[in-house]
Amino acid sequence: MRAWRNRRQGAHLNRRRAFLVLLLLTITAATGLLLSLAVGSFTLAPGEVGLALIGRGDGMAQEVVRSLRLPRTLSVFACGGLLALAGALMQVLLRNPLADPYVLGISGGAAVGALAAMLLGVGASLGLGAAAFAGALLAMALVFGLAHGDGSWTQTRLLLTGVIVAAGCGAAVALMLSLAPEQQLRGMLFWLMGDASQAGDPRLPLLVLALGLAVALFFARDLNLLTRGPLLAATLGANVTRLRLLLYFLASLLTATAVTSVGSVGFVGLVVPHLVRLALGNDQRLLLPAATLAGAALLTLADTLARSVIAPQQLPVGVLTALIGVPVFLLLLARAPRVEPA
Amino acid sequence: MSTLACRALDVTIAGKQIVRGLNLMLEPGQRLAILGRNGVGKTTLLHTLAGLLPPDAGAVELDGLSYAALGPRGAALLRGLLPQHQGDAFTASVLETVLVGRHPHLARWDWESAADERLAHEALAAVGLAGLAARSIHTLSGGERQRVALATLLVQRPRLYLLDEPLAHLDLKHQIAALELFSRQAGAAQATLVMVLHDVNLAARYSDQVLLLHGEGEHELGASAAVLDADRLSRLYGYPLRVIEQDGQRWFVPELPA
Repeated sequence: MRAWRNRRQGAHLNRRRAFLVLLLLTITAATGLLLSLAVGSFTLAPGEVGLALIGRGDGMAQEVVRSLRLPRTLSVFACGGLLALAGALMQVLLRNPLADPYVLGISGGAAVGALAAMLLGVGASLGLGAAAFAGALLAMALVFGLAHGDGSWTQTRLLLTGVIVAAGCGAAVALMLSLAPEQQLRGMLFWLMGDASQAGDPRLPLLVLALGLAVALFFARDLNLLTRGPLLAATLGANVTRLRLLLYFLASLLTATAVTSVGSVGFVGLVVPHLVRLALGNDQRLLLPAATLAGAALLTLADTLARSVIAPQQLPVGVLTALIGVPVFLLLLARAPRVEPA
Repeated sequence: MSTLACRALDVTIAGKQIVRGLNLMLEPGQRLAILGRNGVGKTTLLHTLAGLLPPDAGAVELDGLSYAALGPRGAALLRGLLPQHQGDAFTASVLETVLVGRHPHLARWDWESAADERLAHEALAAVGLAGLAARSIHTLSGGERQRVALATLLVQRPRLYLLDEPLAHLDLKHQIAALELFSRQAGAAQATLVMVLHDVNLAARYSDQVLLLHGEGEHELGASAAVLDADRLSRLYGYPLRVIEQDGQRWFVPELPA
């Protein structure tokens, strides 16, 4: 009742409401994690998962949960969070709710790196990851260098440069696909659609996610200012140039880490921040952590489905994120807007 | 000590001189109107006074301190700028939009308090938008959006107000109300006003000093009553103006083509 009245008066967020929302999302994400660990060719009860995690109970269950499912689940969880956070940051940087982590060519660069490595016969996930990460960094440096050329660093210039570099990467990817031998094609296509079965050690993505979120939250109110335009942000005390550089490099690194681990999973980075914005408003102090948790939960759930729907065959997780996300997004979009006329 | 002090200020943009050797001292409570043709550089000068653009030569000081010494946040506590355009890329409520003005007053991890919210509601009431706190800014009319921007500036509580066309989109009643509101800030709260205006009659009535920008770096600065006359204004705008006197009040009107 009080929440409803607050809403009618247009009350902005306060710390308590934000905490409650984040608590709810944390529980959802944790449930997703538990589900992901329990479901598979060898389905476990939640209690058994818990026992296995602390190293007790059935030996077989321990093996499945701790060695097989946990690394992949945590990787997917981290990457969902990375992509959603990167998308939210990119939307602030470009002041465009339609921006996503891939719009500036980061994933294109990673794809070129990964596919080139596959063509050259690099099979090991470590080498592949290194190649993808190198490609992403190269694209990031290229876009930054070209967009920054005359020091103007305008949104339009940055966006155009990114889109063009992404297009170039797309052409290179198409070229490599057409040249690739038949038996490599399937692996390449899976990588391009987002493939969690290749995910390696989850510790690095989790660490990057935690650090990235901490940095983003430190600047969250400055980012709120930036959404109101660079001029107003500057008069209210934000260092706009430094803030934009930080945003660019942070979002790029988060994206590079995610695509290195699970490939170009689409949709999460665009739609999760957008969806969270529709539901909770545009205060970055809530939007950033909420999008991170929601992205992590969504990708975990999608991956659980991807490897269980038509088991033993696995689907690329990127296809499922879109299949789940599109209807949810359309439903939310059709709903009444959050801030209704008084 | 002057709230705003400019010494030997040269400002150019893209090779075009806006002012040359401008010396300007504004004390608490003083109101300055800047007048000039479109594109003469009024906004650029205002942004230079706000410390957002570096001058080519000379110094700008607030309370005796340079912008470099104040830092971005220190400056935000002293001066506020009303931008000419409001960039609303994302939707937000009116209240949220006004609360943005409290940013420099909050510490890094602070959230807006009930007191901040009260200030925002007061500011909305002051610009005549008391009932609209919950509305989305995307549903507002141009004039309403402009008044939300005025309210955002009010909650910032600066000592120096730099207003870039504060009357844009406002109807007659709200133009007077806005000027009365800021003049009260100058009177009771001893704030200093610098306003870019296009209405010479309102400028004459609501300013103590005027700065005329003639282009090519040429400018005139002085007491409004002394500087504003038909000849100067006709030259300023490149269009003939005439004075009509009634009840001891002078009114400038353009000569309309026959």
